[in-house]
Amino acid sequence: MGLVDAYKLRVRRRVRLIRAFRKRRELTSVADRTAEVRPGDTLLFATLRNERIRLPYFLAYYRAMGIQHFFFVDNGSDDGSADYLAQQGDVSLWHTRKSYRKARFGMDWMNWLLRRYAHGHWALTVDVDEFLVFPFCDTRPIQALTDWLDASQVRALGTLLLDMYPKGPLTRQPYREGADPFATASWFDSGNYMISKNWDTWNLWIQGGPRARVFFADRPDQAPALNKIPLVKWHRSYAYISSTHMLLPRGLNLVYDMAGGEKTSGCLLHAKFLDTITGKAAEELKRGEHYAGSREYKAYDKRVREDPDLWCKWSEKYINWRQLEILGLMSTGNWA
Amino acid sequence: MSVGFVMLCHEALHRAAEVAGHWAGHGCPVVIHVDARVPQAQYDALATALKEHDNIRFCGRWRCEWGTWSLVAASQTAAEVMLREFPQVGHVYLASGSCLPLRPTPDLIDYLAARPDTSFIESVTTEDVPWTVGGLDAERFTLRFPFSWRRHRRLFDRYVELQRRLGVRRRIPEGLTPHMGSQWWCLSRATLERILTDPRRAEFDRYFAKVWIPDESYYQTLVRRHPGRVESRSLTLSKFDFQGKPHVFYDDHLQLLRRSDCFVARKIWPRADRLYEMFLAPDPGARRGVEPNPGKIDRVFARAVERRTRGRAGLYMPGRFPNPGWENGKTCAPYAVFEGFGDLFEGFPAWLHRATGMRAHGHLFAPRRAEFADNQRAFAGALDDGAELRDHNPEAFLTNLVWNTRGERQGLLFGPRDVQRIGWFFAEDANAQVWVVSGAWAVTLFRSKRPFAQVRKAAARLQRIEAAHLDLLRRGQTKARVRIWSMADLVDAPMEPLQTVIDEVGPKNARRLTEAPNMVDLTGFGQFLQNLRNEGMQPHLMGDFPVSPDSAPVAQDRRKRYFAR
Repeated sequence: MGLVDAYKLRVRRRVRLIRAFRKRRELTSVADRTAEVRPGDTLLFATLRNERIRLPYFLAYYRAMGIQHFFFVDNGSDDGSADYLAQQGDVSLWHTRKSYRKARFGMDWMNWLLRRYAHGHWALTVDVDEFLVFPFCDTRPIQALTDWLDASQVRALGTLLLDMYPKGPLTRQPYREGADPFATASWFDSGNYMISKNWDTWNLWIQGGPRARVFFADRPDQAPALNKIPLVKWHRSYAYISSTHMLLPRGLNLVYDMAGGEKTSGCLLHAKFLDTITGKAAEELKRGEHYAGSREYKAYDKRVREDPDLWCKWSEKYINWRQLEILGLMSTGNWA
Repeated sequence: MSVGFVMLCHEALHRAAEVAGHWAGHGCPVVIHVDARVPQAQYDALATALKEHDNIRFCGRWRCEWGTWSLVAASQTAAEVMLREFPQVGHVYLASGSCLPLRPTPDLIDYLAARPDTSFIESVTTEDVPWTVGGLDAERFTLRFPFSWRRHRRLFDRYVELQRRLGVRRRIPEGLTPHMGSQWWCLSRATLERILTDPRRAEFDRYFAKVWIPDESYYQTLVRRHPGRVESRSLTLSKFDFQGKPHVFYDDHLQLLRRSDCFVARKIWPRADRLYEMFLAPDPGARRGVEPNPGKIDRVFARAVERRTRGRAGLYMPGRFPNPGWENGKTCAPYAVFEGFGDLFEGFPAWLHRATGMRAHGHLFAPRRAEFADNQRAFAGALDDGAELRDHNPEAFLTNLVWNTRGERQGLLFGPRDVQRIGWFFAEDANAQVWVVSGAWAVTLFRSKRPFAQVRKAAARLQRIEAAHLDLLRRGQTKARVRIWSMADLVDAPMEPLQTVIDEVGPKNARRLTEAPNMVDLTGFGQFLQNLRNEGMQPHLMGDFPVSPDSAPVAQDRRKRYFAR
């Protein structure tokens, strides 16, 4: 039984890699600066569409963290995102107009770029509204973490996708280019996350937070997954399976301790709920390119038009990673 | 007299060069051993960077692998060069390329000059070592280890197992008592010379070459053979985690390192620019002439290891999801579950809150919504009162509630009308205190104005559910503290159980109970039960409840408020 399952997973991984290989044709290189990547560099991979307004802060945030090269796939932006990225000295950019959905929500493209360029590197795969927070990130660059993970023979870092939201209706405080999104979207849910374990692929399945509370209260089984494994010491045989929620080989999903201890983990602060979501939800719904028939965006669109307030009396205001550590949303593990 | 440094380097050579230059600049000779695996170009760069110092030497290079003799061989080679070339050296300090001096070098020279005959080396007999990783301590000296632990872990483990089973043992050379300790030492010249020129050295070397991790035992054992004071502690601050991997110091440890008053720290992250800048500055701002005091740093790292190995009980998060049975605490703090009290007493949660100060919720697992205290729609941690959300993962709901309210005890009502799935969870949770008045659900039925046929049906269903739940509570696996009264017993003498509840869940200096909760009017309840029996149902969970109101255990006056003595 065990062997059969293992073989099925192997097939599943191979299929993903083959898909990624075939989907490489959909990508056209716009700016190729990959020759500048040196061994040991920490890399970032992202797919985006019409996120121009977010890019300056995103790049600044991750440059300060120590990311040395950015790999972007632009999925048909028409707001100048591509031009902006192509001008950045540390960005390599690919373009495609093909279907995001048919590329497994962009993961086929990501898997291809990861396989091609990230072998032997620490690679961070995120969306442009996801901001990694790891223990000591205010005093140590990401290389301190990856060096330590290397020394500990750990290949991946687990995180919780932490939805951040403003107090009051979403549209009250407009986001301005270059600004810290968490200056306004500074609130989060601190303790309503539900975890179960996927016994096939060994990853955790985490749901909860404001999205489950506000948009999926009547059908929580459909609430979005919040478990993410964005930081991986990449090997060309690895593949992301479902967004960055899980990987194969499945040993990479064991980013948590099973004997009662805590492994070092982080949070991905999710700046989804800015005023920009109103336009975004309508547009994405029209394209129908998102996961599970875009049910998430359907739920948003309906509620977002009502301009909801995600804030509640028990919301917590973000201060720093130590606060998240104390609240039990992330852990230093044995890194001190 | 001065101190000479032997440095074992294998990575971040530019940092090693800075430190070596620092020591050499203060007149301390340095002998550098560079791992033979380091590319020649890097080695040359290091040599070039240090060529202006006439008191720095490079020694023959060994291929160093962790846990093997090569590290001892490297230190021997370098130490021999040191003793031969620098006769003025009074102490030899073994350091690594990722060490960083924390106090001014003259301070160290003075410290050692005041203790000319003392060797600083952690040296503890194998029986007394608590810190070995992997369970190999005494066996390091009696088994053979031909396979690499890093590269052939399986073979390593199997061969150890095989030797244990066959009972094969190596003979420890005559006159040696195995000692172990940190591999970073500072030996007096005399002691080091005696070890390296010992007539039996060849025999000892042969023996230690096959000992497991000899750099933690070679000098530590041999130093005991020779005269000279042994101060069994390392002057190098070097902490190891539970995997036997050294903790690393970063820029944000600056104050911690400074206050430790240690002479040398290891291991420093090569990119900790600020640490190198501050501690290699002409005046690193350290206090002079004090004893090293690594206690505070020890605590920081001990906490980290505790976090990694034990974790925070009752916490479920992306880095901690224990397998069933490994939680070391399913929840993080004690809480109380009251079953039946809500049916029997009016406003029980409010009374409970007044009497004990605990946060008293209603039926948190009620079918329609979670009845949080004070009728709130959400609660700590932004827990929502929605039933679907809660029932999607009721265990997470409860563990979250207890985690989110650390420091404030929680109490909740539970009963057969509630969603039952959580029952097994708190039954197996040692933090749960479960207080049950069995059969009390019938009181609510009794007071309802529903048609008797419906009541009869509901009674049968609720009794079945509660009976199953009570079976759960009485199983062998139950870890919760469970106390069950039948309704008849409780109604007969309600003060005693209530006082027990207050004593056990209330604050430590619990007052005597001055106010009892209001019991609902039970006139006619006995007849109600009899009616159920007449309809063919057997209500048994209530205990022995008399039929006629005259012989009811509850006298009229008892239904008033109680005032204890």
